Amino acid sequence: MSEHQLPLLKVKDLHVYYGAIHAIKGITLEVTEGEIVTLIGANGAGKSTTLNTIAGPLKPRQGTIAFAGLPVEGTAASRMVYRGLSLCPEGRRIFQQMTVRDNLLMGGFSRPKEELPASVDHVYSFFPRLKEREKQIAGTLSGGEQQMLAMGRALMSKPKLMMLDEPSMGLAPILVEQIFDIIRDLNQSGTTILLVEQNAQMALSVAHRAYVMETGRITMSGAAEELLHDDNVRKAYLGS
Amino acid sequence: MVFLSNLVNGISLGSIYAIIALGYTMVYGIAKMLNFAHGDVIMVGAYIIFCAAQYWNLPFIVSLLIAMAVCTLLGITIEKLAYKPLRQATSLAVLITAIGMSYLLQNTALLIWGANPKVFPDLMNLNTLQLFDGQLSIKGEILVTIAANIIIMIALTMFTSRTKMGKAMRCVSEDRGAAELMGINVNRTISVTFAIGSALAAIAGMLLCSSYPLLQPTTGSMPGIKAFTAAVFGGIGSIPGAMLGGILLGIIEILGKAYISTELGDAIVFAVLIIVLLVRPTGLLGKAVREKV
Repeated sequence: MSEHQLPLLKVKDLHVYYGAIHAIKGITLEVTEGEIVTLIGANGAGKSTTLNTIAGPLKPRQGTIAFAGLPVEGTAASRMVYRGLSLCPEGRRIFQQMTVRDNLLMGGFSRPKEELPASVDHVYSFFPRLKEREKQIAGTLSGGEQQMLAMGRALMSKPKLMMLDEPSMGLAPILVEQIFDIIRDLNQSGTTILLVEQNAQMALSVAHRAYVMETGRITMSGAAEELLHDDNVRKAYLGS
Repeated sequence: MVFLSNLVNGISLGSIYAIIALGYTMVYGIAKMLNFAHGDVIMVGAYIIFCAAQYWNLPFIVSLLIAMAVCTLLGITIEKLAYKPLRQATSLAVLITAIGMSYLLQNTALLIWGANPKVFPDLMNLNTLQLFDGQLSIKGEILVTIAANIIIMIALTMFTSRTKMGKAMRCVSEDRGAAELMGINVNRTISVTFAIGSALAAIAGMLLCSSYPLLQPTTGSMPGIKAFTAAVFGGIGSIPGAMLGGILLGIIEILGKAYISTELGDAIVFAVLIIVLLVRPTGLLGKAVREKV
């Protein structure tokens, strides 16, 4: 990472409400190109809400979101993809009734049709399992394969920033390792990643920097390596 | 021979139901709502064709195209004004709005065209096909109806499987939120769905009134309900299901009227629906919703 780059994503003093419930209470965070940044915290801390507000489905009541230098708060989710942001949502949300390949092609909806076959092959190079299952209906895949498909689909838009919401959820430990290896590979091949995780141990070991969220606020931030060894973090999230 | 003739009539009536059912099933699949005003869009389409042909003496095909254009606009407008503001509302609120929209269209038609039934002109002027030395005669309208049904079916299948908009529709129908994350404009997709359904309603109106030439403001409601039944019968949300459900319903109705009881024809149709739903709650071709956690 170069030291002088402008942040790709800059969130400032963000407030989000669900009706009367104040879910996000003024968070500020940054992601620089080339980084893996993780947002860890307990259930209900507001991690997914933060991603959904950045990606577009939710609108902030207050605060700014700048992506690639432009203000984007309140921009529709379908427009954000065209700006280079892609969200791999919680619970995978793949198109169950379509084939694996069609799912990937839909991920490239925002791009010219001619470029897609090459991108599908690129995705297959990270997820060889998906190539084996190319013609299979996505709903019949195992949980781990569905997660790979969801990530592959998010990659198809060639995002500048890929946001992953709980990619390890519900997966066996060996699959979690695999998924995190792939996240590292994706990052090394040039994708910037904002990762939301409850599995703090894994998230901190793969990320460069981290933010800790608690009930709608960021309570700690810093280099992932440092947080991994911080006593407070260890007590609260790493169980030791 | 009588049976064969009844069967052909049944397929023809069923083809009309099928074309109407497509409108119901596509809107249900994509916007997850039952557009009970759909039957009345058929009636509007039929009146437009009637006016264009009778008062302005336009050729048949031009009249049909005008009616399709008017219905398309009407469908998009209804969606924009009545349904879109309720996108986040409960499905019951949307359902009641749709019923209200149905009455609004019927009563507007009553104001414009009056309560007296109009006799729909014979626009197509087709010969009757004689088969088996004249023992079986099939009216030209019936052949046109069945052909139109097949063409529409093929065109829609191609549209949803080949075109970008068609694929976007399939995504929105499966998971609206995920579709949006792919860059699909959900509102536009819903508009296009209403446009296609309403254009088909105009065609259905023309076919319906060519076979059953009495036109009044309530003309669309019974076929609308039957087509809705057909859509549920075949599996609501499924395009081939609407086609299958429509044709089976038409055949059951005509055969039921011919061989069991004329008065009970409609009752038989709905009884069959109840039985099918008891055995297969998702309809004939409906997909059971599986949730993987």
